Amino acid sequence: MWDIGLTHYLTVAAILFTVGVFGIFANKKNVVVIMMSIELMLLAVSINMVAFSTALQDMVGQVFTLFILTVAAAEAGIGLAIVVVFFRNRGTIEVEDINRLKG
Amino acid sequence: MIHALTFYLFALVGVLSAVMVVLNRNPVHGVLWLILAFFNAAGLFVLMGAEFIAMLVVVVYVGAVAVLFLFVVMMLDINFLGLREGFLKYMPFGAALAVILAVEVVILFLDWTLAGEAMALRAAPIPDVSQVSNTEALGNLIYTQYVYLFQVSGLLLLVAMVGAIVLTHRTSPSVRRQRIADQVHRRREQVLDVKSVRSRGGI
Repeated sequence: MWDIGLTHYLTVAAILFTVGVFGIFANKKNVVVIMMSIELMLLAVSINMVAFSTALQDMVGQVFTLFILTVAAAEAGIGLAIVVVFFRNRGTIEVEDINRLKG
Repeated sequence: MIHALTFYLFALVGVLSAVMVVLNRNPVHGVLWLILAFFNAAGLFVLMGAEFIAMLVVVVYVGAVAVLFLFVVMMLDINFLGLREGFLKYMPFGAALAVILAVEVVILFLDWTLAGEAMALRAAPIPDVSQVSNTEALGNLIYTQYVYLFQVSGLLLLVAMVGAIVLTHRTSPSVRRQRIADQVHRRREQVLDVKSVRSRGGI
């Protein structure tokens, strides 16, 4: 209990990831909350990477955390831009209304 | 002891704020809880000895991503209460899925061992912290061995920036903008008219 190791950090990351998955399913209508949940999941992945980097004493995990961070920032920017454009066209951001492409 | 207490503090507050992000009624409050979650994750990174990543999380996630979320949530005029309608309907399904996922991951944790040769296969062992700081060690890697990936991630950010601007930019007809080509193409004959004015007469 008082000896914090790899498993503790992995558990926190797993709980964060699970909360993110739950957020995607529970807020099925609001795109912004879904994107926040995706950010939480990416954060959990970063915690996993750094935890293993520390446990193995290998720097590469932190290098790739940096790249995950970059991708997360790019994804948030593009995603929110798409949300703004969609709101301008339809006046709503409900996921069920996003069916213009008839996919 | 102190390490454990700090870990539990950051972990508990981080997980609780993540739960609040998901369960919150008001997305503006949700973004604020998200910021708290990011700060606590940064604390966990510091505890793990990855100071540079921790500062990066504070600067990039809190300073850029969360503020972007805040701007978008506040700019869109949405009836957020209507967006909550299906929450109770989907919650049991989502909760069941989350519990299944959590149990699977915990089962994974219960029985796993590091491969024997894992320590020998490390690509870049972390140097002694008293000799080389975390930031310096990271810099020694990303500017040498991973320089192409570093450049590509910069390119990715550029593409994302251009994409976001192209998507959201719109020209409104009421805005008068400078057209350089028209200005350069103006001839003197089109705009100037030389008149001979009679002395003391005026035009």
